[in-house]
Amino acid sequence: MGRFIVRRLLLSLITLFILLIIVTLIPNIAPGDPARKIAGGTASPERLASVTESLGLNDSVPTQLWNLTTSVFLIDFGESFSVAAGEPVMSLVWTALGNSTKLVLFSLAIVVPLSVLGGLVAAYKKDTWIDRTIVNTGLAFSSIPEFVAGVLLLAFLAIPISFFKVQANAPDGANILTQLQHLILPAIAVLMVYFGYIARITRAGTITALESDYARTAFMRGLSTRDVFRKHIARNALQPTVAVLGTQLGYLFGGMVGLEIVFQYPGLGSLIIRAIDRADYPVLRAGVLTVAVIYMLATLTADLVIAWMNPRARLAMEEE
Amino acid sequence: MSNLEGIPDTQDVTAGGSGPEIVSAESPADDQAGTLTRKTIRREQRMVLLKSPGFIIGALIVGFWILSAIVPGLLTQYGPKEFLTIPARTSPGADAWFGTDQVGRDVFSRVIYGARPILIVAPLATGVAIVVGTALGLLMGYYRGWVDEILSRIIEAILSIPVILMAILVVFTFGQSRPVIIGTIAVLFVPAITRTIRSAAIAESQLDYVTSAKMRGESGTFIVTREILPNVTGLIVVELTVRLGYAVFTYATLAFLGVVGTNISDADWGVDVSQNYTAIVSDVWWPTIFPALAIASLVIGVNLIADSIDKALKS
Repeated sequence: MGRFIVRRLLLSLITLFILLIIVTLIPNIAPGDPARKIAGGTASPERLASVTESLGLNDSVPTQLWNLTTSVFLIDFGESFSVAAGEPVMSLVWTALGNSTKLVLFSLAIVVPLSVLGGLVAAYKKDTWIDRTIVNTGLAFSSIPEFVAGVLLLAFLAIPISFFKVQANAPDGANILTQLQHLILPAIAVLMVYFGYIARITRAGTITALESDYARTAFMRGLSTRDVFRKHIARNALQPTVAVLGTQLGYLFGGMVGLEIVFQYPGLGSLIIRAIDRADYPVLRAGVLTVAVIYMLATLTADLVIAWMNPRARLAMEEE
Repeated sequence: MSNLEGIPDTQDVTAGGSGPEIVSAESPADDQAGTLTRKTIRREQRMVLLKSPGFIIGALIVGFWILSAIVPGLLTQYGPKEFLTIPARTSPGADAWFGTDQVGRDVFSRVIYGARPILIVAPLATGVAIVVGTALGLLMGYYRGWVDEILSRIIEAILSIPVILMAILVVFTFGQSRPVIIGTIAVLFVPAITRTIRSAAIAESQLDYVTSAKMRGESGTFIVTREILPNVTGLIVVELTVRLGYAVFTYATLAFLGVVGTNISDADWGVDVSQNYTAIVSDVWWPTIFPALAIASLVIGVNLIADSIDKALKS
């Protein structure tokens, strides 16, 4: 097991390094003078020179890569240029990450139980109208862009019903319940997008488990449906679900830009977009790398959970 | 399943998992009974497909949008940039079916004309991605070795960043023009396709027909293109339609985020949503909701087709 974790961590580090190269190259390749984008068209030559210098663009690319690698290990990316001039980059990232975490955890708390339940019911009622309704509704909504789900919810829920809030960010000092109330609509949007996917995966896993010998034996021993599901099916059927959740976490943290913008929510996605908009490279790099690190930790955790759920997977990982 | 890898990536597990099964279930039959059986199977699958309600509905929706993209003038009398004589922000009614937007243009006409950009970008990007991804996947899966190892690591790196984020980075780096957008979506879809095809190719390579081709002394090129490729065609078709859905998703989102480089007066669903959604709070919902529903319907149409093809191949 230890060897497996070490191997996975090494692979993640290689992946992270490839990304480091990509984000290092961006200001070097992007058209136009990065310093002018930050300082504005009317900036003096001295100001331009100082911005170029502080961006590190006078150094060679390998030096830039080395400096960026040190920043990653020190978790210090210097100061923001244009998103919030003079603020430490990491303080912006931590705030945004905190907001994203709130949104992601609350969404998952709604999405996971409902979708898993949907999948279990669909599998148990396989080939009935209930099954077909769950699968087809899920299929219809999945891969609709989140911003589309977002504007539909705005128009059909937030405007007619004042309980639903237009802005996902509660006013400062609001208590936790008010904060969650503001997050309900974005969470429903995430539910629309993910329900079909997770329910489908869960349904497939459950059907395989239901048709297995051990499930049949359990039923024949006279166990109640509930007991069979709880003791025998769930553990096996939910493994693909866990794997999928692991891979989707990175997306939830960094990919829901559209949703964050529709609901004016200051999460990681919109921080990165603002950084791109204003050519704030330090913020951009820190934001992108944060998303990547979250993704890696999430997939690693998912693998470990699967190993814990299934001794056979554990063995396979050790032998790998 | 949207991810675009983000969500986009989501169907990978399903597609990747089911792919090799379909093919391997099919291929022993081919070996035993020859090509006649395969033709019969194909014909029966096509019949199942053409009779499935999901496919018919999907094809009607997608067909309608293709028609709008090619001959928008047939479906609407106003141009997308034309100002109507009725006031701006008129709600949907007899004068303008979908109402007028905030500057007085006909929303219905903009929705019809808006089909064009997305239907140019999404299929082209998907096509390029499928060709490159299939070629890479087959080669990596058949030859394996260190090239496969390195490419697999790079693929993992690209897949670890949400596609939307990666797309924004790339478009930002190389400029916002249509060829860049198409190229970006294509490049970002290659890893997921390669991964799916690669695992199918690995499964196929272990089957008897590949071994016997090797024993006959056939070249690697022959085995990959004439033996393995025909056996993974079904999987490629499924992958193609699934990715097309994601390409629509990706382009719409990029347009909404304002990085596709089109002029905001051009009709484009994602751009129109981004230009009008703030007016929802003042109850002017129609300039936003109709293009949003257009995006949703196109995605649903493509998904229905993808799902029906997948089911027909498994039947």
